[in-house]
Amino acid sequence: MEVKYQKTKGLTDKKLSYCPGCTHGIVHKLVGETLEELGMIGDAIGVASVGCSVFSYEFFNCDMQQAPHGRACAEATGIKRVRPDNIVFTYQGDGDLASIGIAETIHAANRGENITVIFINNAIYGMTGGQMAPTTLIGQRTTTSQDGRNQVLTGSPIKISEIFSQIDGVAYLERVSVTNPKQLIKAKKAIKKAFTYQKEKRGFTLIEVLSTCPVNWGMTPVDALKWVESNMVPVFPLGVFKDAGEKNV
Amino acid sequence: MAKVLMKGNEAIAVAALKGGVDAFFGYPITPQNEIPEYLSKHLLAAGKVFVQAESEVAAINMVYGAAGAGARVMTSSSSPGIALKQEGISYIAGAELPCVIVSVMRGGPGLGGIQPSQADYYQATRGGGNGDYQLIVYAPETIQETIDIMKESFDIADYYRNPVLVLVDGLIGQMMETVDFEKPVKKRFIPAKDYATTGTANHPGRNIVNSLFLDPVELEQHNLQLQKKYQQIKNNETKYEMINMENPEYVIVAYGTMSRICRSAIESLKEEGIEVGMIRPISLWPYPKAAFNEIPSGVKGILCAEMSMGQMLDDVMISDKGRHEIGFYGRVGGMVPEPEEIVDAIKNFKDKVVK
Amino acid sequence: MFDHVNIKVAGFGGQGVMMFGQLIAYSAAYEELFGLWFPSYGPETRGGTANCSVIVSKKQINSPVFQSANHLIAFNLPSLQKFHDKMKDGGLILYNSSLIKDQVTSDKAICIGIPINDIATDLGSIQVSNIVMMGAYLELTNLFVESTIEKVLIKYLGEKKAHMLDINMEALRKGREYVLEAGVTYA
Repeated sequence: MEVKYQKTKGLTDKKLSYCPGCTHGIVHKLVGETLEELGMIGDAIGVASVGCSVFSYEFFNCDMQQAPHGRACAEATGIKRVRPDNIVFTYQGDGDLASIGIAETIHAANRGENITVIFINNAIYGMTGGQMAPTTLIGQRTTTSQDGRNQVLTGSPIKISEIFSQIDGVAYLERVSVTNPKQLIKAKKAIKKAFTYQKEKRGFTLIEVLSTCPVNWGMTPVDALKWVESNMVPVFPLGVFKDAGEKNV
Repeated sequence: MAKVLMKGNEAIAVAALKGGVDAFFGYPITPQNEIPEYLSKHLLAAGKVFVQAESEVAAINMVYGAAGAGARVMTSSSSPGIALKQEGISYIAGAELPCVIVSVMRGGPGLGGIQPSQADYYQATRGGGNGDYQLIVYAPETIQETIDIMKESFDIADYYRNPVLVLVDGLIGQMMETVDFEKPVKKRFIPAKDYATTGTANHPGRNIVNSLFLDPVELEQHNLQLQKKYQQIKNNETKYEMINMENPEYVIVAYGTMSRICRSAIESLKEEGIEVGMIRPISLWPYPKAAFNEIPSGVKGILCAEMSMGQMLDDVMISDKGRHEIGFYGRVGGMVPEPEEIVDAIKNFKDKVVK
Repeated sequence: MFDHVNIKVAGFGGQGVMMFGQLIAYSAAYEELFGLWFPSYGPETRGGTANCSVIVSKKQINSPVFQSANHLIAFNLPSLQKFHDKMKDGGLILYNSSLIKDQVTSDKAICIGIPINDIATDLGSIQVSNIVMMGAYLELTNLFVESTIEKVLIKYLGEKKAHMLDINMEALRKGREYVLEAGVTYA
């Protein structure tokens, strides 16, 4: 019998630890497929962060390092500088990247570190139980903003792609979502482009993926996907924010 | 032998190159800036890696990444900067990676000052990072000894897969001294770095650099394994020197610059007919506890001398196990005592003990 | 000649105090002696003078810091006042008599004034006043073989300042000559 579909070799056989309906699994699959399709599994070194994806070192089927909270881009810098021919990527959530690790991330971008960052933006701290993230929307209820995020007290959702689009060292930057097959295909294309740019030593690449957290949002998985489209996309518009362009051959 | 005159910080950088350093990651802070300055030029010229990080926090995590990928890595900083690195140091120790950290101590607490100090003994030997981990800590007293230890530290770190901290005060960093770089280093067997994340194309299986063990049974086992290693380090890497210990009336315990000052004081006291010996710990962790068993009978007391308010004093008391009267003399804030002060301190201590 | 000397060099910033101290330490290295140099520390950093300590020894140097000096090189009055009383018996105080007009005396040390600013100005560059002092100092103390300082200076100035070599050598010579002509000695 002909095999029509099988799990990507870019992921291990370990059962994912993510909650039902969470889109981490989908993004893992897209990254795993990308590594496989680009023939990068054997050269890849991933950096897991702190948060829900802390165990991603068990899922990506390549060498992995596990970073302290927020420090993934610093750790990736260390790896890439001493192993410039390997493919180095980080997988970070919004608390890790946009809050505690924004300095490490911005400066890695500004140095044009030739690494790929997969940034999961789900507008909340998932692992620790649904606290407010720097990307939490105004009015969004979390366990530390129980009446909804108050702009006066806590500011506005931080827009990483918009900020990073201003940085010279960034070669490719796109915000995608994974709410439907069409978006999924776009997301995969973006991730593939980022890794390809890295292979071509073009500089820093970052893909921001709008993601869901049904458990901490208090929604069904389907409602969560709808909420991304209706509430998150207006604040975090999708699209390519920076593209250094196809490589001149 | 060919002597050259060199500033301590610069000598540290040269010794690191001789020790085979592949990569340096650091952030500027006084009084250690000549180390990154020198390495920025010479590492890049040799096709190796130098990155001035955005912070000490980032720098130590770059060290973590590069060490995990199998490189010989180092960073250097001074007191408040080493404080910032504690998080990464704990991860590196937990993930059992080798690296060399140079700490050029200045006065504290807080921003403190920029003058020489030994007030980071606790920071070095007890650490500010979380968990049951240990750094191998060496505290040389001259620039020559600093060079010799630097050269060997990379091997020691690789052998045990553990960070080595080279602890000097700002005086060693800032002064210039005649040194000889050609002194041979003890040869060690360095096992292959089969743990390094170099890509699965380059080794069997997947390599994972990690300090997370959510299962308490596993985490306890990991800790027991670390303790086994620390015991091995205690057995093999404890370093100290005994000075004028044939028949002393009193014994000084001092390390680093303070031990040099005490050497001069001991000479002066000898001229006055007062015999004073010295235990000079070279490794602060593991601490040379056994040296205290070698103190000859008839010694009336031990004076611990530090450029701190009394931090190594704890280890002196632990090691002496109550066998002797113990006194303390310390200066802080960048105040470096002259030998005459130590002579007076011994005499005052003598009066106190005799009473 | 000597086994161990503690030297304190002090003056205003810009008078070449640190360079003076380093040249001595480099000379020690050149002659395979033990040498040590460091800039002011502790309370010495207060009060607006630049100073450094140098030790030259035939054996391993113990304490890098010292209370009293064998030799004091004072480039200005505040420096002289600061360190005048911190001398060992039989010491030498060498001072800049272009700036310190009164005759300096000491119970412990021989005091010799050298008008280094005037000599250097006559040579055409006040910048080499510290080298004039060096010539005088080495002539008085014979700390090193005569040619050592010249070799050290060549290396210290390097290619970038090679054009300064002649005037520096001349300054050394003038310093030595002043001592010989004045007939002062320090044994």
